[in-house]
Amino acid sequence: MPDTLSPPASATRGRRRHPLPVRLWHWVNLGCLVVMLMSGLQIFNAHPALYWGSASDFDAPWLELYAIRAPDGDIRGQTALGPWIFDTTGVLGYSAANGQEQVRGFPAWSTLPSYQYLSMGRLWHFFFAWLFAGAGALFVLYALLSGHLRRDLWLSGAQWRGLGRDLLDHLRLRFHGPHGGYNGLQKLSYLGVLLLALPLMIVTGLCMSPTFNAAAPWLLELFGGRQSARSIHFIVAAALVLFFLVHIAMVLLSGPWRQLKGMLTGGPRVTEEPAATSTTSTTSTKPSSHSGRDQHDAS
Amino acid sequence: MTRRDFGRRDASRRRFLQRSALGAAALGLTGCDRLSQSEQVADTLNLAQRLNLRVQRFLAGERGLAPEYPAAMIDPVFRPNGSTDPQAARYRELAANGFADWRLTLDGLVETPLSLSLDEIRALPARTQITRHDCVEGWSAIGQWSGPVLGDLLARAGVKPQARYVVFHCMDQLNGKDFYYESLDLVEARHPQTILAHSLNGAPLPTANGAPLRLRAERQLGYKMAKYLSGITLVTDFDDLGGGKGGYWEDRGYTWYAGI
Repeated sequence: MPDTLSPPASATRGRRRHPLPVRLWHWVNLGCLVVMLMSGLQIFNAHPALYWGSASDFDAPWLELYAIRAPDGDIRGQTALGPWIFDTTGVLGYSAANGQEQVRGFPAWSTLPSYQYLSMGRLWHFFFAWLFAGAGALFVLYALLSGHLRRDLWLSGAQWRGLGRDLLDHLRLRFHGPHGGYNGLQKLSYLGVLLLALPLMIVTGLCMSPTFNAAAPWLLELFGGRQSARSIHFIVAAALVLFFLVHIAMVLLSGPWRQLKGMLTGGPRVTEEPAATSTTSTTSTKPSSHSGRDQHDAS
Repeated sequence: MTRRDFGRRDASRRRFLQRSALGAAALGLTGCDRLSQSEQVADTLNLAQRLNLRVQRFLAGERGLAPEYPAAMIDPVFRPNGSTDPQAARYRELAANGFADWRLTLDGLVETPLSLSLDEIRALPARTQITRHDCVEGWSAIGQWSGPVLGDLLARAGVKPQARYVVFHCMDQLNGKDFYYESLDLVEARHPQTILAHSLNGAPLPTANGAPLRLRAERQLGYKMAKYLSGITLVTDFDDLGGGKGGYWEDRGYTWYAGI
């Protein structure tokens, strides 16, 4: 059993792999996003349909979760995505809550509170929105000023050029990022989340506010109207869920306990020339956690 | 300590962590529901609404205008919500007579209380605006509204300095028992787009949309815009009204500030 608790004696200098602000934000952000997502689905359930434009064309949502009574008398949950209709009974449109089948968009286990309670969902959503936006703004500031953004997250020229190959390797579940740092695809997804998805969530969220519309009507126009902003808010939230799932999968594939510990304690200290100290081959297939360390840290 | 000891401790610790994680997940699910029923939690979460009000007021300014839309974007049918056909006896009587006996009162902390008939209100200078109505549920509809600017009526009545809120009394009982009511602060009440609408899309206000007169507060969500108006009262606070939260839906958990 490898002893990963104590850092190597030689590595007293150098910074932690995950500096404290990164770790703090990571967990605060996780908490915020879970509450925001689940209360967001609660709010969505109050009118489980999405539209494009300024107003709702009730006859033509591009996405709708609803229930119908089938010819045999059964109630079925359905999801209409554009012209396609899917039977999603049990999950979307019609699902059980406390043993009782109900007409509801997203199921009880995914919403906060679990039962239909729009006003409480809004309270959770808007309280955590402030924590989320505040923590996010502080983190972006930190990432800019500390060099975290430039040093750890921004892609090198070679990484930009190698993105295609990187993607193919990831699809084959072959991860060999450069020692000590994130690989190109990983950096791109982090940058996408930090600089694109999260700010988009805040801005499209604000564009659903009638008072904010009075403050910045141009922003509303940029997104194509309030119902478009609501749709984009939903789509980016779905993209964040997808990121979360891939992120968890990557952690599981690259030594979950070590990764988890790294994001809690900071992980081993790294020197500025990480490649110099390592002799492990990047193509090694030996399933030891040591070779795993270099391959895909905290995807 | 031997290596074996480490291993055992590690294993039991892992079991402990796994149990804790499972427990936390179970607690998390039912816990959030329990938290949602706690008044203290609701009060804490509610702190955000004060911040929302201050920041949004600052950003939009006291007189920043809600977007207005071209006539081509008007929805042919303006989706009604909440009460759509009030059954209260008094309302039925007034409606049966075309609201000829209906009057709007404006009283409370004003110098000169007003009592206006529908014809008198229709004869007042009106603002016509094509605006978007945002329901708290998430949908939006666009309609053209006409009616006197509330700020003008307030000026005519003369608001006393101790007045802080404008309360709107309604003739409908959404749950068959409590009369609907709402309140705005003076900033929102005096906003240039805050009108008492007697017309929708160029025709007298339909019953479903609040006949004979409804409030339009265009920087707020739909539940603020009281329908079936009968009276307007200026007050210092609304503690003794209804459930004391300043509105029908506010008494049922919705935030008083409805700008978001």
